[in-house]
Amino acid sequence: MLKYTIRRLIFTIPVLLFISLVIFLLLDLSPGDPTAQLPMTVPPEIREHIRQALGLGEPMYWRYLMWCNQFFIIEPLNIIEQAWGISIGDGANRTRVMSWSTRSPVVDLIIERTPQTLWVVGMSYIVGIIIAIPIGVISAYKQYSWFDQTGTFISMVGFSVPTFFTGVLLIVIFSTLVPTDSIFWLPSIYDTTHKVTDWDSFIFQIRQIIMPVFVLGLYNASQISRFMRASMLDNLSLDYVRTARAKGMRERVVLLVHVLRNSLIPVVTVLALNIPHVFGGAIITEQVFKVNGLGALLILGIEGADIPLVQTLTFIFAILIVFFNLIADVLYGILDPRIRYD
Amino acid sequence: MKIKSLVISTATALSVATMAMADRGSDGHLNIIYWQAPSILNPYLSGGTKDLESSSMIIEPLARYDEGGNLVPWLVDTIPTVDNGGVSSDLKSITWKLSAGLKWSDGSDVTAHDVVFTANYCMDPAGGCAQLNKLADVENVEAVDDLTVKVTFGVPKPFPYGPFVGSEQPIIQKAQFADCMGAKAPECTEQNFGPIGTGPFRVTEFKANDVISMEANPMYRDPAKPSFATVTFKGGGDAAAAARTVLETGEFDYAWNLQIDPAILSDMEAAGKGTVTSSFGTAVERLMVNLSNPDPALGDKRSTLAGGPHPFLTDAAVRRALSLAIDRGILTEVGYGAAGKPTCNVVPGPAIYVSTANDECLVQDIAKANNVLEAAGWKRGSDGVRSKDGVRLSILYQTSTNAVRQDTQAFIKQWWSEIGVETELKNISASVFFGGDQSSPDTYQKHFSDIEMYTNIFSGTDPEAYMGSWVCSEMPTPENNWLGNNMPRYCNAEYDALVAELAGTANIDDRARIVITLNDMLMQEGAMIPLIHRGRVSAFANSLGGVRQNTWDSELWNVADWHRK
Repeated sequence: MLKYTIRRLIFTIPVLLFISLVIFLLLDLSPGDPTAQLPMTVPPEIREHIRQALGLGEPMYWRYLMWCNQFFIIEPLNIIEQAWGISIGDGANRTRVMSWSTRSPVVDLIIERTPQTLWVVGMSYIVGIIIAIPIGVISAYKQYSWFDQTGTFISMVGFSVPTFFTGVLLIVIFSTLVPTDSIFWLPSIYDTTHKVTDWDSFIFQIRQIIMPVFVLGLYNASQISRFMRASMLDNLSLDYVRTARAKGMRERVVLLVHVLRNSLIPVVTVLALNIPHVFGGAIITEQVFKVNGLGALLILGIEGADIPLVQTLTFIFAILIVFFNLIADVLYGILDPRIRYD
Repeated sequence: MKIKSLVISTATALSVATMAMADRGSDGHLNIIYWQAPSILNPYLSGGTKDLESSSMIIEPLARYDEGGNLVPWLVDTIPTVDNGGVSSDLKSITWKLSAGLKWSDGSDVTAHDVVFTANYCMDPAGGCAQLNKLADVENVEAVDDLTVKVTFGVPKPFPYGPFVGSEQPIIQKAQFADCMGAKAPECTEQNFGPIGTGPFRVTEFKANDVISMEANPMYRDPAKPSFATVTFKGGGDAAAAARTVLETGEFDYAWNLQIDPAILSDMEAAGKGTVTSSFGTAVERLMVNLSNPDPALGDKRSTLAGGPHPFLTDAAVRRALSLAIDRGILTEVGYGAAGKPTCNVVPGPAIYVSTANDECLVQDIAKANNVLEAAGWKRGSDGVRSKDGVRLSILYQTSTNAVRQDTQAFIKQWWSEIGVETELKNISASVFFGGDQSSPDTYQKHFSDIEMYTNIFSGTDPEAYMGSWVCSEMPTPENNWLGNNMPRYCNAEYDALVAELAGTANIDDRARIVITLNDMLMQEGAMIPLIHRGRVSAFANSLGGVRQNTWDSELWNVADWHRK
């Protein structure tokens, strides 16, 4: 297992380098332009001036190497310096990866946005899991009962109805129709400056999270509950279940100790594979509730042709996906003793 | 006796205190939402309107425009003119005198050296300053003394109010930005995200593309203002959600640029929590005619004058018919509502520059359009499309991707088919269409189509630079890397001569007359077909007082005067 893990880790390096090159080429060769969003009052000569100032006049390979240098060497140096409070070399003069629209370091933007993404999207993922697993288990155990049929129906709805519909529907109900002073009123805009310091501010945080978490949680829960149900059904028909019952074990022990554990193996690996999507943010929900997380940042960068920002973000997602892929494989090997790598 | 007078004086003092106007910070918190979130608070490094407007609450110019387009002194006491001696008689220099006692929000004094620094900061060749064109022809900016700045131009400037006027030219603090000149400008993130200013508010927290938290500036020149102690300036989402938060849920007090379906907006306004306001500046949505030939068979000469004139758009009858067939009233009603008015001029305002010679286009007349084409020899073929000498009236009509624009395209295609013109519609992503990417064939400068549609605008109230967009030298060509403003490829020596004359004319009435003539030349010689005079629509809560929506400057220009009713 260890040899396998190390081999995989070594292999990720050329994979990631190749991914970074592909991303860079795709972005560079596509026809967008960072000065497109400037208003019409800025004349073309000034736009060209700005483009030169952003470094667009340099040849492609040079810009790629600059980015590699900034991302792989300079940014980690900065992180080490900040984390340990030490100083390596000439910190103040290093050119960091700068976003073209805000003219500030990209890493700072990402760090600024991570809290709200984790709060909203991460919480919805956890809520989705918490709701989905019991529903999946019960649906499988009581297959074709009224509970199962209702669960199937809600899953279909939750999966098919787009989040921009459910989001806006909830806003219309809880922000517009419910009067502002009622206890059921929920804010439609997420306040990113809110800090949780005491019980009241915690309650406020919960209130502003409920709607986006519910919208996304419904979507996640639909997927996971179906998957859980399918996995449980596979296991419930196996021989060891019959043996366990014949041995005289209680139904609850059979279900929750034996069948559930075995069914969770594929489900856990799928959950691990989906974690990078949490960081990608839920773009539509973030737009609807103005959560301004990582997904919104990516879309903003793509529309504004902000190449350093898009490149750094997509590359970070690529790293996370490759990494969690490895974790999912290793986890599968750990949870299921029948699996042997090497 | 002493006690009595003491009591009387205390009572008087107390009663006077209660009669006083609201003090600074007495109205609590203000919530503003701009659905395009500000990315940077330095207008010199960004041209985005959202960045200019958000920064206008913090940093201010020497003078600005009010909602009527009039120049008002802001950090000075009077506007310099030739009459009061502020502008030299040869029109080559202007002298600004700062008001006494102005302080930056960190307590230091505002001096003329800060103004000189601001000019040098933007004029630095390595800085990539987005507002450089407002400092055009500036030769030298010097501080005559601590409160007096003299700007010298290289040529006589009848309209010398480019530098330091309007939200694009605020004064920044020399001490704060001293290390940020030239190539270093974009690296000064702390300064760019938290400029020290003279405005009613100062930044406490800036999250790029997300939210700005501000508080009242304790050094602001009027001790009773601003009425609000803190501000949250939120960004993100879309226009409809922003409108909802002001007009329906009451979470925000002011929302800007609500480009949404007019029917939805009036439904929201009916809820009674807020008011919608619209105001018109200089934005005109227009069809740009290509007077050169965009035929792909021409290769490199495509859409250049060298490739020859356009096969049919150079015929005045065709252009007139195309314009007559359009019902601008319906386009306004469907797409813009209160935010649009039909127009037949490329200069729709200020009022003195508006021509009345072209108003034939305001009324749709399909019959007349058909007659004009018949009389000019364009006969319908068997497929209904008109042709003459083998040239078919087939138009490629392109614009950016935008729901309202696609609706407009669909309507116009329908009307043009009624007069025998075949239209192919094309839409291109805005970031490509408006970008200047040399390698893309779809930019609006390249104009590889017969007709393209977009909105153009000029800042401030003087159209001189704007009219200069359509001189022969401004044509985008492969030789100048397609960097030019003259998309129709209009080239007329008379027009160029008039533009040069305008640059030397000082009298405002003469200037107005020349601008109107230039406008009429462009309309009648068919460089473009204007459609809609677009305004800005914003909404504010009914509890908010003091709002005077301004399209000539920042909409938040008088935020110091806003208060809770």
